[in-house]
Amino acid sequence: MSDDLVIAGRAFGSRLILGTGGFPRLQTLADAIRASGTDMVTVALRRIDAQAQGSLVDVLEDCCVELLPNTAGCFTARDAITTAHLAREAFDTPWVKVEVIGDERTLLPDAPELLAACEQLVADGFTVLPYTTDDPVLARRLEDVGCAAVMPLGSPIGSGMGIRNAYNLALIVEQAGVPVILDAGVGTTSDAALAMEIGCDAVLCASAISRAHDPVAMALAIRAGVEGGRLAHGAGRIPRRLHAEASTTFDGLPELA
Amino acid sequence: MIRFNGSELVGHDDATVADLLRNAGVEAQARGVAVAVDGEVVPRSDWSSRRVRDGERVEALTAMQGG
Repeated sequence: MSDDLVIAGRAFGSRLILGTGGFPRLQTLADAIRASGTDMVTVALRRIDAQAQGSLVDVLEDCCVELLPNTAGCFTARDAITTAHLAREAFDTPWVKVEVIGDERTLLPDAPELLAACEQLVADGFTVLPYTTDDPVLARRLEDVGCAAVMPLGSPIGSGMGIRNAYNLALIVEQAGVPVILDAGVGTTSDAALAMEIGCDAVLCASAISRAHDPVAMALAIRAGVEGGRLAHGAGRIPRRLHAEASTTFDGLPELA
Repeated sequence: MIRFNGSELVGHDDATVADLLRNAGVEAQARGVAVAVDGEVVPRSDWSSRRVRDGERVEALTAMQGG
């Protein structure tokens, strides 16, 4: 039975989105993409570099993955909007992962600028996926202005600190009418699995894979975590209990003394 | 003087966007490229007609790993 991730009416077989940042070589990126099973990867826009080795676009096309351009590095709504329009020109896609950063040290999102950028980009016809904090109210506001998904962080970008506020993430999942994609903070497989067990629809992962000692092996591992977490969410976990509950019946227990 | 990707470009006043890209080693049909002049997006269809004036800033961008 199919269990596709559906965003803005578009179905994806994989619930893992791969960020392309941080891979030491394009070949490693390509190998990790294939190992991850992902259908969609993020790309950034930067000044052209005549000395660049190989074409990222060619590599991604060979991997047959959709591109999700981002607005990484933008600190204002205005810059994010312009970058999104440039990305639409460059990649011929209206899809954009909107990042508006408010602090250089933590790279946490700037909520008012993010909301303003998303509202404008939705009006401009974009399919908007915002990188946001784990604030349920902001997530609701982003959905209200027409975002196609919300992408709350587990913890700061590249920190590998996992999900710092599982309670907030659960609140976001509970109320959301659009897909919830955990974005940022994943350090290893268990973080991705936890996100899916909480009920996230997908996980976006970059550094945990690209900066791992063996990125291809970690891509496989996090893929397994996402798939396992998704299955567990659907299967329904047992309630937590303070005391033990025997799984073996006491009926028929012999008297041995 | 035109500024192209942050550097001053001498002797290219009134060149088209396409000329400037070619000068930077980028052909008109190159995929994954976008251009802004003074913060305004120049659609690919206008690259060969949009002339860049003295004092304008050109940003020519392409796909990089990220996100």
